[in-house]
Amino acid sequence: MSKLNSKIPDGPLVDKWTKHKTALKLVNPANKSKLDIIVIGTGLGGSSSASTLGELGYNVKVFSYQDSPRRAHSVAAQGGINAAKNYKNDNDSIYRLFYDMIKGGDFRAREANVYRAAEVSNLVIDHYTALGVPFARDYGGTIDNRSFGGVQVSRTFYAKGQTGQQCLVGAYSALTRQIKAGTVTMYPRRDLLDIVVVDGKARGIITRNLVTGEIERHSAHAVVLATGGYGTIYYLSTLALNSNASAAWKAHRKGALFANPSFVQIHPTSIPVMNSYQSKLTLMSESLRNDGRVWVPKQAKDPRKPNDIPEEERDYYLERRYPAFGNLVPRDVASRAAKERCDAGFGVGPTGLSVYLDFRDAIKKKGKKVIESSYGNLFDMYEKISGESPLETPMRIYPAGHYTMGGLWVDYNLMTTIPGLFAVGESNFSDHGANRLGASSLMQCSGDGYFILPYTITDYLADDIKTPRIQTNIPEFEKTEADVKERIKRLLSINGKETATSFHKRLGKIMWDYCGMVRNEEGLKKALVLIKELEEEFWKNLKVTGTDSELNQELEKAGRVADFFELGKLLCMDALNRKESCGAHFREESQTETGEAKRDDDNYSFVAAWEFKGEGQEPELHKEELKFEFVKLQERSYK
Amino acid sequence: MNIKLKIWRQPDAKSNGRFETYPLNDVSSDMSFLEMLDYLNNNLIKEGQQPVAFEHDCREGICGSCGMYISGRPHGPQHKTTTCELRMREFKDGDTITVEPWRASAFPVIKDLIVERSAFDKIMQSGGFISVNAGAAQDANSILVKKKNADEAFDSATCLGCGACVAACKNSSAMLFIAAKVTHLALFPQGQTEAELRVKTMVAKMDELGFGGCTNTRACEAECPKGISISNIAKLNREFFVAKLKE
Repeated sequence: MSKLNSKIPDGPLVDKWTKHKTALKLVNPANKSKLDIIVIGTGLGGSSSASTLGELGYNVKVFSYQDSPRRAHSVAAQGGINAAKNYKNDNDSIYRLFYDMIKGGDFRAREANVYRAAEVSNLVIDHYTALGVPFARDYGGTIDNRSFGGVQVSRTFYAKGQTGQQCLVGAYSALTRQIKAGTVTMYPRRDLLDIVVVDGKARGIITRNLVTGEIERHSAHAVVLATGGYGTIYYLSTLALNSNASAAWKAHRKGALFANPSFVQIHPTSIPVMNSYQSKLTLMSESLRNDGRVWVPKQAKDPRKPNDIPEEERDYYLERRYPAFGNLVPRDVASRAAKERCDAGFGVGPTGLSVYLDFRDAIKKKGKKVIESSYGNLFDMYEKISGESPLETPMRIYPAGHYTMGGLWVDYNLMTTIPGLFAVGESNFSDHGANRLGASSLMQCSGDGYFILPYTITDYLADDIKTPRIQTNIPEFEKTEADVKERIKRLLSINGKETATSFHKRLGKIMWDYCGMVRNEEGLKKALVLIKELEEEFWKNLKVTGTDSELNQELEKAGRVADFFELGKLLCMDALNRKESCGAHFREESQTETGEAKRDDDNYSFVAAWEFKGEGQEPELHKEELKFEFVKLQERSYK
Repeated sequence: MNIKLKIWRQPDAKSNGRFETYPLNDVSSDMSFLEMLDYLNNNLIKEGQQPVAFEHDCREGICGSCGMYISGRPHGPQHKTTTCELRMREFKDGDTITVEPWRASAFPVIKDLIVERSAFDKIMQSGGFISVNAGAAQDANSILVKKKNADEAFDSATCLGCGACVAACKNSSAMLFIAAKVTHLALFPQGQTEAELRVKTMVAKMDELGFGGCTNTRACEAECPKGISISNIAKLNREFFVAKLKE
């Protein structure tokens, strides 16, 4: 019997959520304040969950490793947030948004979840607008929209290139209102170090106070993880440097299944690697592909400056290969196409590992002013880093690790396989299949937190109204705290020579080389050996300065890197197991004659959910069959 | 290039701090300022010393985590730039660079270059929001907003909450921070119903938390990494007086 019960309601696609909501149990207002909920993370998923649960009257505790909720990495999302408003009258609809996401995810997501995400998208825009998010507007006072990769309508709401920041400031303001109201207590500068499970249910967490080093116990009737993705496993990525997988990984070790870990989005438009000291890659929003044209010289290793290369000697390879979508093909397709050109020797820049993104024609057509007002802050960012103005010289871009579609397996109620442990936003796996379309991540994590989780967690808590506050002096808390302290002691006692950052860099290179944009059996097997060796070296030669009873950033990093080794192995195992190509997961052994991803629906139309079986044991694979009742599986073509 | 760093070291909030000098060789001009500090820390760790603690996260100028005085200026010498966006090409061989945490009594030092900025969160909690619950909103296009207002509100709302304005101000005033929020919300129809209450409680909270008053030196505007204009403060004053007059 499978461990996986997705709890997808029966009936027609359009009625599933409505029908399901009607059947969910309620908790009366007087009982809500007696129920505690822990939320980990304050990005759009965490802030939206926490503020809404507070508004409903629950007693909420929120944790973040940053000093303020407003710093969470949702802040860095640039281009926009999708919704099926059809404000542009271009025949958009909830169904089209759903279909674009299902197709964009290369038919590896659940129909019911994706449809629901599209269904609540409009409510999300209404709510952000009411909170004062300054979306771009037209002169008549209505909201403007633009188009994004992988679709043929304009459904993206945006605030210049800072949509994530503006949405997060809105979500943060709603959260602060609940903090003032006393329904939410904020615990900043805390790292989650483990989940406490009591009688099979998630009942609390162990945290480390990052300022004092104190190990703390916090209990609740339910725990929500909104801890984002694990793209920093590549070391260099577009993510914030402190983003990490540890919360999700601890949940996994405690029994939560991890789904499709190898589905990682490599974003096509990042500023390329410039030197060996580099600590991160800066994203240039996909929205730039609305006006920018991607090209490389037709002649390999062309020494001329880009502006000296005449039109007929430029290869606009996306427009050439994908005439229907051109520069607006989805991210996975654009990334692989860039890699293909660079590997073939046509890449530009000092390393040959970049392509041009050129605004010359758009400036000619629309004028410098219009282009500047659309992308001004992105151009400034680019110029600060590279020293060149994109208004004068084409940008140079290259793919970089970005978003993880994989994550904790959740059912239709967003609950993991540990009862009482929920996962929202990027930390779950549910809505993006094998590839996420641009501007759908802000949409999904906000929808989860504002309009889905509050209903489904209430259904779960309805059975818990007689359970008194969970005490933290019970053996389960004692044991988990002792384990956490033991591990910290172990990290501090190695006394080796190499820093956590150095190990992270080396792990990142293995992951990027063998489990990045392109994967094959030989490489993945090799990576598994290399990671294991490096992990052994880590536990023998790690150096952590300082002690556990102070602010110690080296200790924080060491714990996160230790978890990345374990997750890295699972990523490679999952990629090895999935012998088809789909979306962002490209197995060289499975491609069409023209080099596109070739799915194998007969054998791989499932969610791969991995179960932790203990230290040093092989994880067990559980399969959740993906049933497509409403869309027809077809080759995903953007030609 | 070879540089010399004078960095404020302070083990915790209770201890006294002092400047330590560190020579650093072979710094590449392509490095970001924080990558240069990473490089220094790597050397310090290898020598068995404690690395310099500093706050940072997104490293692309949007999260507001990083912030320090660099040679006497918040976020360093480059205009409209956060510390993480600053590049070593702004410095030259032989430079001595002084690095200190924000200096303001409302922002006590936690360790080395890290300060406690929760006072900003407390100000926000006092009224920096529009009171609407999830699910209560009307269709987004039923609230019409002049494009000019939306654009100006956006400019104000780009505030990172980094604290450079307070650090730059000789009075350690948080006026620009509050003004940016009050202006952002006052420009929208949906922010009107509680506008008067908002401005009064936010200003009162600022005073209570130990921030100073504004004497119009414009240092905040000059050092704000997002270039938030001091005209926001004029708008704040107007909102404040109107609210007081209506009492």
